[in-house]
Amino acid sequence: MLEIKNLHASVEDKEILKGINLKVNAGEVHAIMGPNGSGKSTLAEVIAGQEEFEVGEGNILLEGEDLEELSPEERAHKGVFLSFQYPVEIPGVSVTNFMKTAINESRKAQGLEDMPASEMLKKIREKSEMLEIDRKFLSRSLNEGFSGGEKKRNEIFQMAMMEPKLAILDETDSGLDIDALRIVANGVNKLRSKDNAIIVITHYQRLLEYIIPDFVHVLYNGKIVKSGTKELALELEEKGYDWLKEEAAV
Amino acid sequence: MAYTEEELKKELETKEYEYGFYTDIESDTLPKGLNEDIVIAISKKKEEPEWMTEWRLEAFRAWKEMEEPEWANVTYEKPDFQNISYYSAPNKKPKYNSLDEVDPELLETFKKLGISVDEQKKLAGVAVDIVMDSVSVATTFKKTLAEKGIIFCSISEAIQEHPELVKKYLGTVVPKKDNFYAALNSAVFSDGSFCYIPKGVRCPMELSTYFRINQAGTGQFERTLVIAEEGSYVSYLEGCTAPMRDENQLHAAVVELIALDNAEIKYSTVQNWYPGNNEGKGGVFNFVTKRGLCEKNAKISWTQVETGSAVTWKYPSCVLKGDNSIGEFYSIAVTNNFQQADTGTKMIHLGKNTKSTIISKGISAGQSQNSYRGLVQVNSRAENARNFSQCDSLLMGNRCGAHTFPYIEAKNKTAQIEHEATTSKIGEDQIFYCNQRGIDTEKAIALIVNGFSKEVLNKLPMEFAVEAQKLLEISLEGSVG
Repeated sequence: MLEIKNLHASVEDKEILKGINLKVNAGEVHAIMGPNGSGKSTLAEVIAGQEEFEVGEGNILLEGEDLEELSPEERAHKGVFLSFQYPVEIPGVSVTNFMKTAINESRKAQGLEDMPASEMLKKIREKSEMLEIDRKFLSRSLNEGFSGGEKKRNEIFQMAMMEPKLAILDETDSGLDIDALRIVANGVNKLRSKDNAIIVITHYQRLLEYIIPDFVHVLYNGKIVKSGTKELALELEEKGYDWLKEEAAV
Repeated sequence: MAYTEEELKKELETKEYEYGFYTDIESDTLPKGLNEDIVIAISKKKEEPEWMTEWRLEAFRAWKEMEEPEWANVTYEKPDFQNISYYSAPNKKPKYNSLDEVDPELLETFKKLGISVDEQKKLAGVAVDIVMDSVSVATTFKKTLAEKGIIFCSISEAIQEHPELVKKYLGTVVPKKDNFYAALNSAVFSDGSFCYIPKGVRCPMELSTYFRINQAGTGQFERTLVIAEEGSYVSYLEGCTAPMRDENQLHAAVVELIALDNAEIKYSTVQNWYPGNNEGKGGVFNFVTKRGLCEKNAKISWTQVETGSAVTWKYPSCVLKGDNSIGEFYSIAVTNNFQQADTGTKMIHLGKNTKSTIISKGISAGQSQNSYRGLVQVNSRAENARNFSQCDSLLMGNRCGAHTFPYIEAKNKTAQIEHEATTSKIGEDQIFYCNQRGIDTEKAIALIVNGFSKEVLNKLPMEFAVEAQKLLEISLEGSVG
């Protein structure tokens, strides 16, 4: 599904990603952990095509296709989805309207007609129920006045609506209380399939108790310094990151 | 207003324009320049009664003594008023024989707006062969209106057929000496529309549908008079979302609304005159005087979407004369490239317990200048007058300007006046967020702009609102990147 080879990225001449290698197969969930400032969010945004970052060396391949020349929206059309750490507000645009636009733009790119209204409404109903979202919430302006938890739940709702091939969840657990975390995690688990892949970026092991990853990677100082299975996350929880920093420094 | 599923459904339906009918008027043009003889000639051509000719002449004499106003926040080369032909009836002969001859860029825009081929032809001035349909539609409308005693016709026709009404109300809200452009309009107005709703009647339809296309020929000095008798209601739509290419550079219209006791008039405008090219060449000057008078418990609501014209000078106003009367002004003004708009409203509170609301949304892009100018005036006898004003500006890029000039004059200490203003810029993070969801930048901006304008768009009648949304998108195309 996703293959990242020796990826380097910088912003304003400061190199943040310093040679990332990562392979994610369809049907897998990968967790990326690491201390603050290690480059986790940068990696997520670079995959999504944020133009603020300068990609130097390396490639990002989605199903074998190099994404380098593709705009963020083209990547989205190909099935890349990013659940933002800090979702932005768009006043006056309802969640429903935003989703309708997003879905139809992607359909248009694939040469499809707009989704019929009845189908759209059915989908909205289904996915909002899955994430236990109040219908009134869907007519509110996107993220405007949402609590931290509502914003994150809304991101996962969008993921459910868009059915991406590759979903990157950037600190989706931050700002969620334990009940919301469970609902969101359940939602993500329902969206897991053999045809898609999910990358979960998180600081904490907590989320990984609910969304069980196949692989865990530790990102430190722009590089993946350790990879393992879900046990690695537990080890990190217990020992912190310092031992890895020391290892990396060697 | 919340976005409901019902609205979504409606919005997802594609809307077709309804057909209009086309009035044949013999074509001829008067020589350039303006003097009393020309004014008399115009009046004669329209076979007007003597009192009308005299009325025009008075206006002309006043205009001669007046000076073109310079206070607006716009700069342009003043028109040479002696180099304009003041009477040019719409040409009966089509300009083109088929759509293939029309500017492809214009056709592209028509397509984006979802305008039917037949209407495209009419708007572009192409010969139209389908007449039967439109005539029958128009006839049905006329019949329905006539049953209710509603008069809806051209102002020329009204001068002939209903002189007592015209005589009684014309110039009572916008006096012929009101301002430079209003005086000019009063002297030379070519045509326009007249609408009369009898006592207690609720007009069963939005007055526009068949009028819309016909309007393509009303010329540069349009005059509109709407009278709502006691307890009546009418919703009136003016303008067209389709781009209006016009050889007449100067447009000076006058609109007068009269809402008698307990009456309500809702007046919606979409203005999309040619704004000039992206280098600021050409484009229409739109200098409009619009004003409504509210008697006791009456309500007038102005809603406007202004996207066209090179220079706009326009302040739809309400004179809240009667006690408990209500005035509303909802406006979206978009300027792009080198457009200049100085627009807003005046709310004149004369009666007791009068209320007014002003919601103005200005969107500036390119190197344009967008000004809101509004006056809230509370007279000494207007006890408990209330006003709420909200002026929001949205900027795109670093070369455009947004300006707000609110004037408040309160002469009664019971007045409650609130004014809120915000200025924001479309953020790159908002754009990236949309991009990530598969929405390209152009569409993202349209979405953000529509969200920004929502409060006003919601005030438009449904069919107009959908078109207006699309129009906003088109007006801002190419404004980023």
